[in-house]
Amino acid sequence: MSAGTELDLVELTAGVVLACAVVTLWRRDLRALVAVLALQGVALAALAAVLALHTGDVGLGVVAGVVLLAKGLVIPNLLARVVRRDPGSRETTPLVNVPASLVAAAGLVIVAYLSAGRLTSLFPSPMTRLAPLGLATVLVGFFVLVTRRKAVSQIVGLLLVDNGVALVAFLLTAGVPLLVELGASLDVLLVVVVLQVLATSMRARFGHVDLDQLRELHD
Amino acid sequence: MLCYAILVIPLVAGALAGVVPWRRAVGWMTALANAGVLCLGVALAIETDHRPRLGALDGALRADALSAFMVIVIGTIALLAAVQAIRYLDAEIAGGRSSTRHASLYCVLVQVFVTCMLAAVLSANLGGLWVAVEATTIATTFLVGHRRTDGALEASWKYVLICSVGIALAFLGTVFVYFAALHVPGHATGASVLDWTSLMAASHHLNPTVMRLAMALLVLGYGTKVGLAPMHSWLPDAHSQAPAPVSALMSGVLLTVAFYALLRFKAIADGALGPDYVRTLLVIVGLASLLVAASLLLTQRDYKRMLAYHSIEHMGLIALGAAAGTTVAIAAVLLHILGHGLAKAVLFLASGEILLAEGTSEIDKVPALLSRRPVLGGIFGFGLVALLGLPPFSLFVSELNMFRAELDVGLGWVAGTSLLLMAVIFAAVIAHGRHLLLGSAGGADKAAATPRIVAIPLVGGLVACAVFGLSAWPLQSLLYAAAHVVAR
Repeated sequence: MSAGTELDLVELTAGVVLACAVVTLWRRDLRALVAVLALQGVALAALAAVLALHTGDVGLGVVAGVVLLAKGLVIPNLLARVVRRDPGSRETTPLVNVPASLVAAAGLVIVAYLSAGRLTSLFPSPMTRLAPLGLATVLVGFFVLVTRRKAVSQIVGLLLVDNGVALVAFLLTAGVPLLVELGASLDVLLVVVVLQVLATSMRARFGHVDLDQLRELHD
Repeated sequence: MLCYAILVIPLVAGALAGVVPWRRAVGWMTALANAGVLCLGVALAIETDHRPRLGALDGALRADALSAFMVIVIGTIALLAAVQAIRYLDAEIAGGRSSTRHASLYCVLVQVFVTCMLAAVLSANLGGLWVAVEATTIATTFLVGHRRTDGALEASWKYVLICSVGIALAFLGTVFVYFAALHVPGHATGASVLDWTSLMAASHHLNPTVMRLAMALLVLGYGTKVGLAPMHSWLPDAHSQAPAPVSALMSGVLLTVAFYALLRFKAIADGALGPDYVRTLLVIVGLASLLVAASLLLTQRDYKRMLAYHSIEHMGLIALGAAAGTTVAIAAVLLHILGHGLAKAVLFLASGEILLAEGTSEIDKVPALLSRRPVLGGIFGFGLVALLGLPPFSLFVSELNMFRAELDVGLGWVAGTSLLLMAVIFAAVIAHGRHLLLGSAGGADKAAATPRIVAIPLVGGLVACAVFGLSAWPLQSLLYAAAHVVAR
């Protein structure tokens, strides 16, 4: 693979990661959200694989496999289970409506480019140039977390933040050391398992997983 | 060798608790294991006095005086919590709210939780530290929800979600530190890039722009787990809903283990940026936390939530002490970590007992505790006195030393502002405490005596807190050795 194609592929996959994040803002069907998340996981794994092939780093290859398995397969499946119990469920009343969300997303991408600007000018390389895409994904994830009220949407928001962080890590440093990466992936996986269990018991107890209607605790 | 043993003992106790069906002996066994951790922590402190740095597991583990001190703190609180857990689980099973299987699960999760905290303070690698801190969130989720009420479920959800987001930011910060380290010529490669010792050696060559970004993310991210404003909102819910021994562990040590991570990163950042940048960040979050605690304590009606907001206050004070950053200041911060851990654990454990006896956690519905339950009320009262920073308890000494250190580095206005906010908190807590402890008992009958299994460990915790306040000699050299590790 020539260096040019490799860079093209990195740009493509990094772009797909951010695009997926933006798509989660305008799809309200929860099943679609989970599918978009799976696609994002696959794109992230593909990016790691391209980098691994380019550098010949076996550890990074392993990481690519783990990411594909965890973020492309297992986590979306766990989420799909929560959604399946709630057929036809939609994010009915997000705090910010879809057109406004998309405008906000555009603003967040600009913020990401501005805040990472000094970083990219300090260490100019094709990879660091793409790092704002990861930061933008993190910010969009935050936006989803604060504006969406369904349990599944919130988990999606958390995973967007997480995938954004992983994207930054791949672009800046070709991933953190293998052991740390494996530990981190395992932690994320367990967090999603925990959240899935919690969402399931909320559904059993309250008959819904709408976080706006949880009012037990307040000051 | 010591490092191994410290991690293996609580884990083996947890595994045994998972296999053997629950009975009191299992509870005592976990308590014994945690007492073992405490003893090994002391041994580690003595050992690090001779050899400043110990390593194990091919350099994955590392212990210096600071780690040894944190192991001692974790061991102490874990011991107190384990003894109280016997009482809690017995009462839950007797009351039909829990099964023996549930009790076993509780013991396993608590031991995993304690092991994760120990791994965090013994990890040589900052990435490993992150993995361990994140793992504590996972281990504690089901402990927070152990009572399986609506509120407990809601609290667990908030806890996992907010802490995971926070910790994801801390990971991004760690990635930036890694990025900065990769650009240092001649720095280690591979897994040891994030090794704390080598990062400290290279700290002066780390790129300042990258480190600034990294530290902002780390303070926000680990600050979430510490319970510092603005990411504190999970804390009152989780601490008030969790069973008392779990609240004691979370408030007494988990918060400060996360703060330990910040101390490690701060030492690196101070080398790269000088002290001012991190100082500013810590002053902002510290004062904000004090402000949040002061404003919400005034209107608190639930005594467990009152204790939770009090934790936010103390974490704010610790952040301000760390902002000063001198050896004296860090030594005071560490003494405060121990004193707050002891006092807060005693108070949460006592509040669990009050909840058990009175069936409510509302301050209004539990009047005149001192006349109806003198022992329990006395423990709660002295605990509040300790927590408010009055002598003879160690929090008085540590707060005084932190203020002095803040004055020394020209943070007088910070010390002044925090004293003002503390006065508000003082008044609020005194008002709530007076209602809870004094007042007329009315027609209420005199209640049963407090069991010895509850009273003895709690009184012991308070006595220890007072001893360290009157004379710091058993700890003095360890505190300064530990402070020296991360102070300039």
